[in-house]
Amino acid sequence: MSEVALVEHRADPPRVPDAAWTGEPSGNLLRRHLRAAIFHRLCQGATFVGVAFLAVLLVQVVIEGWSFLDLDLLTSLPSRKADKMGIKASVVGTLWVISFTALFSVPIGIAAAVYLEEYARKGRLSTIIQVNISNLAGVPSIVYGILGLVVFVRALQMGHSILAGAFTLSLLILPVIIIASREAIRAVPSSVRLAAFALGATRWQTVRSHVLPAALPGILTGVILAVSRAIGEAAPLIILGVPIYHSMIPSAPTDDFTVLPLQIYEMAKRPQAEFHQVAAAAIVVLLTVLLLMNATAILIRHRWERRVI
Amino acid sequence: MMTELAIDRGASTAGEEPPGEVVDGRASARVSGRVPPSPLDAPTIISVKDLSIFYGDNQAVFSASLTVPEKRITAIIGPSGCGKSTLLRTLNRMNDFVEGVRIEGAVEYRGTDLYDPKVDPVEVRRQIGMVFQKPNPFPKSIYRNIAWGPSINGYQGDLDELVKSSLEKAALWDEVKDRLHDSALALSGGQQQRLCIARALAMEPAVILMDEPCSALDPVSTSRIEDLLFELKQRYTIVIVTHNMHQAARVSDLTAFFENGHLIELGETQQIFTRPQNQRTEEYVTGRFG
Repeated sequence: MSEVALVEHRADPPRVPDAAWTGEPSGNLLRRHLRAAIFHRLCQGATFVGVAFLAVLLVQVVIEGWSFLDLDLLTSLPSRKADKMGIKASVVGTLWVISFTALFSVPIGIAAAVYLEEYARKGRLSTIIQVNISNLAGVPSIVYGILGLVVFVRALQMGHSILAGAFTLSLLILPVIIIASREAIRAVPSSVRLAAFALGATRWQTVRSHVLPAALPGILTGVILAVSRAIGEAAPLIILGVPIYHSMIPSAPTDDFTVLPLQIYEMAKRPQAEFHQVAAAAIVVLLTVLLLMNATAILIRHRWERRVI
Repeated sequence: MMTELAIDRGASTAGEEPPGEVVDGRASARVSGRVPPSPLDAPTIISVKDLSIFYGDNQAVFSASLTVPEKRITAIIGPSGCGKSTLLRTLNRMNDFVEGVRIEGAVEYRGTDLYDPKVDPVEVRRQIGMVFQKPNPFPKSIYRNIAWGPSINGYQGDLDELVKSSLEKAALWDEVKDRLHDSALALSGGQQQRLCIARALAMEPAVILMDEPCSALDPVSTSRIEDLLFELKQRYTIVIVTHNMHQAARVSDLTAFFENGHLIELGETQQIFTRPQNQRTEEYVTGRFG
């Protein structure tokens, strides 16, 4: 028995005698270092490609639209002349439709996530629902446009009003909100729930006082991402019949409207070069709105995470 | 919203507490007859009768019967995976949150079977509190950690006073009195665990279940909590699960030894550790396995 062990011991690779050890890389270490360096550079390059393209795009758009970027752009209605062209109607339309979209989709999305995570029994049915929600998040937005056209515009006789647009966009972003909220709720450690239950709390008291506050930063991130997506959508609204040129400022949820991406599209397809510059200026406005929303979300998130309740 | 719910709870449960509970518990234990008499000359508060616990097809506890005497410390010891934590969770219906658990037999608290359909598990947990293995304070202030349980349960008294007295009972007041509104997560592990004990005490439960409350703590924190247990015994019944035999020997009055889901031996702690009746118990307490 001990002989076998000895033989095995001798079969081990010979060790470098300690006296000869200099601390310089030996064996395959140089090759391993080389691989590490290559991978490092590849990842760095990938990051650079993403950031560089975004920067080039931003700079190019700002340069092109610079001469039209002023307050008049925001306060004027559309016009046949480029120097009098404004985006007030579509900015107001965007604000209307996004407010309603958030109003419909956020409470329903969070409530559905709470139900799926906290109440629903885990089983085959809940797995099927989960897979389907993930699939819905991947459905092209134009398909939601067709659904909205059939259900809201035609069957429910809403026309291409702000409400019809908001309902359609709500359906579009609901899966994203549900998925993000579920992830955030699932990340709340179960020890917190058990602690609450052990104090004689009901399920709702536990969710209301501990789970939702802890999950809020994650939920908020998902909501902002989803709403940002809705702001940039054009395809489903075109299918609904929302006009790409609309010079009336909507004043009620049942009014016709247009949104920024549609007006940008309308201006960009005009033959005159000046309108392309106005379109670039409008793109800057759209991007600014998106960045502001994201910044707000990050700010709220940080405040909330530091807060002692 | 929270206050509304709290008032609801308070109103619906206010009339249910029977006067002279102690006498009730003693009487029912005697009437049922099957329960072995509680040792240590104390009335029985919980009696577990022929309790079997299953996880799906696996049986974790095999028809265990034991009684928990009032205002004593009962320790449940045994090697890892012997079913002791599983058993503990059935004593206040916390096992309701474990998927696929099924039980047979009965757990009687003051003569009422906790698994009777008319028993509300939320009401059970108001009476029988719990301290967990890892300290799990809410990510809120120290004050809110203590005050939350009573306030959702419709506590009408002075919350400030309750927070103070609970922290005093858990020997934590002097360390935190100047920072009650700081996050509980800033406390050390041992302080967090005492906070969790204070949080359980604020509900004025009759029984406190402790699931290896010191296993995540250093020796100094552990001995502080053990000292605390002696104090708490004056007012509360404590059931503590531990795989630290020395802890069981130091703090408990009654010890139950479990192995592979079977209750091997139950007796006064001194007897279990000095004159165990069972071979396996002797091997375990003398450190020959486990």
